[in-house]
Order: sequence, then C-alpha cells, then structure tokens
Amino acid sequence: MDINSFVEKFAAQFDETDASEVNAETKFRDIDEWSSLMALSIIAMVDEEYKVGLKGDDIHNSQTIEDIFNIVKSRL
Amino acid sequence: MNNPFSLESKTILITGASSGIGRAIAIECSKLGANLIITGRNEQRLSETLSLMNGESHKAIIADLNNEDHFNNLIERTTPINGLVHCAGFVNTLPFQFINRKTISSIMDVNFFAPTLLSVQLLKKKKIEKDSSIVFISSISGKYCTYIANSMYTASKSAVDGIVKGMALDLAPKNIRVNTVNPGMVDTKIYSKGTISREQLAEDVKKYPLKRYGKPEDIAYAVIYLLSDASSWVTGSNLLIDGGYTLQ
Repeated sequence: MDINSFVEKFAAQFDETDASEVNAETKFRDIDEWSSLMALSIIAMVDEEYKVGLKGDDIHNSQTIEDIFNIVKSRL
Repeated sequence: MNNPFSLESKTILITGASSGIGRAIAIECSKLGANLIITGRNEQRLSETLSLMNGESHKAIIADLNNEDHFNNLIERTTPINGLVHCAGFVNTLPFQFINRKTISSIMDVNFFAPTLLSVQLLKKKKIEKDSSIVFISSISGKYCTYIANSMYTASKSAVDGIVKGMALDLAPKNIRVNTVNPGMVDTKIYSKGTISREQLAEDVKKYPLKRYGKPEDIAYAVIYLLSDASSWVTGSNLLIDGGYTLQ
C-alpha cells in the first residue's frame, strides 16, 4: 500500500478541508473538521479500502496520518 | 406471602442468554423460581450461564437463530412457555455513508427478523400459552435518540418498537402481552470490538445524570416485572431505563 493514496483517501473524508492542506505529517486533530464522527469515518474507510479493522484506541494513540498508515500497513 | 413479582411455575425462553443482558435475565429469573430454556450461539458461554443459575430443571439449547436448522430445532425442542425474552442483538458502528445492503441485512437479521419470526413460529406451533408475556430488549436508540454512526442499529430497534405495537394488539385476544424495555448504555461486551475508544466511552458515561452506565441486572429487574403477574395490564409499552440519559 502507498502512503500517497492513503493520504488521499484520508483527505476525501473531509468536506471543508482542501486536500492540498493534508499530507502524511499532518496532525489530524489540528484539522478544524476533526471530530469523533470523523474518527469513525476513518475506521470505516480503512475497513472498506484495506479490509483492516482499526480500533478507536488506534486513532487515539496516533498523532499524524502517517502514524495511522503505519498501523494499517502492519496489519495488512 | 403472595409475591406478584414471583415467576414460580412459569416457563420462560430467553435468547442471547450466553452473555450480557440475556445472561443476567436468565440468572435473575431463576432466582425468582422460573423454569428456563436458554439459548445462544456459544456452547461454552451458554453452559457458564446455566452454571450460574439457581435450580436444576433448566434447559440450554445451542442455536444460531439465523441458521434454519438451528431455528427449527429450537422451536421443536421448546416446551410450552409462559414467557419469551428476546435479547440476542448486536451493534455495528458505521457512519451513514458507509452502510450498504449487506451491513443493513446482517443487523436486521439478528436484531429484528430473528426475534419476530421466532415469535411467529412459536405461536403457530402453539408453544406460547395463553396469558404469556413477550419482552423484547430494544434500546433508547430509536424511540428516544440515537448516537453517531449508529443509524442501522437505531433503525433495527425502531423496527422492534414498531412491530411490538402490532403484536400487542393482535395477541391481546389470547391475553398475551408484548412489551419492550429500552435501555441506555449497559456495561456488557457489546462494544468490545473497540471501534468506539475507551476515551469516548469515558466521555459518554458523563452524560448520564445517575453517573454510571447500567448494569445488566438493572435491565433484568425490569424484564422480571414485565414477565410477572405484576404487569398483567401492561401491553404495547416501552419501558425506558437509562439513568436519566434522555432527560436533557
């Protein structure tokens, strides 16, 4: 799996945030639109696209999008 | 002394009895003298429930209610009952735009179709006696509120609340009463998959005026009321048990 397409899919969950503002190092909690519902959307996106089950705690313990990418990658 | 809440000489079938609310209902009903038929999918956990119950006359039947053979076997082996409690159910946390026919079907199968069709078949086979009580474990989700990413569960419980009204009216001539209990969050393993983080759950519990989630026994005592003769004039009702959650 590729970090760029992961970031793209991650960014696609947002409505107000321009994809160009989002990259692997982005601290996702700093994005204005971030919310607990958004966390659940990321979990659902990862399940749909990569067939990997993330837990709420995986998101909780991550800072950047790359952190989440690495967890997903390790479970593929 | 005559105790209107006693379940002596009542035979009661409980689904979803291998864990959580169903297990607590089985245990508490056994303490009040009921003869129980308990069912669930997991043999080991179901026999654990059996070992925690008072008395020796109870029966455990392993069944996945969405497996036709299991379903028919359960109907066949169920002796005439005076009470039926539908506890089997699950949650699937998915934001609305991620749901699809498959995810909707799987939750409707377990939370709505199985309890509904089990009731139908038990009635057709004359396994539900006159003056019986049927109780569905519904939820605050649906009738009272919902929760983020919980639309399918909410819909399934709304379907339950709806069909119970129709059942209650149609079964009234047999003096069979049909009710739901509608719990808020209860400490069970229903969220053990971990999609909702521990941090989110810790935040959520603060929204309960009585400052805690429910215990399975809190729900069991309400079900006992609805199964007992104490509720002889109660049918088609939804009993809210939520620690005050929906007040504000």
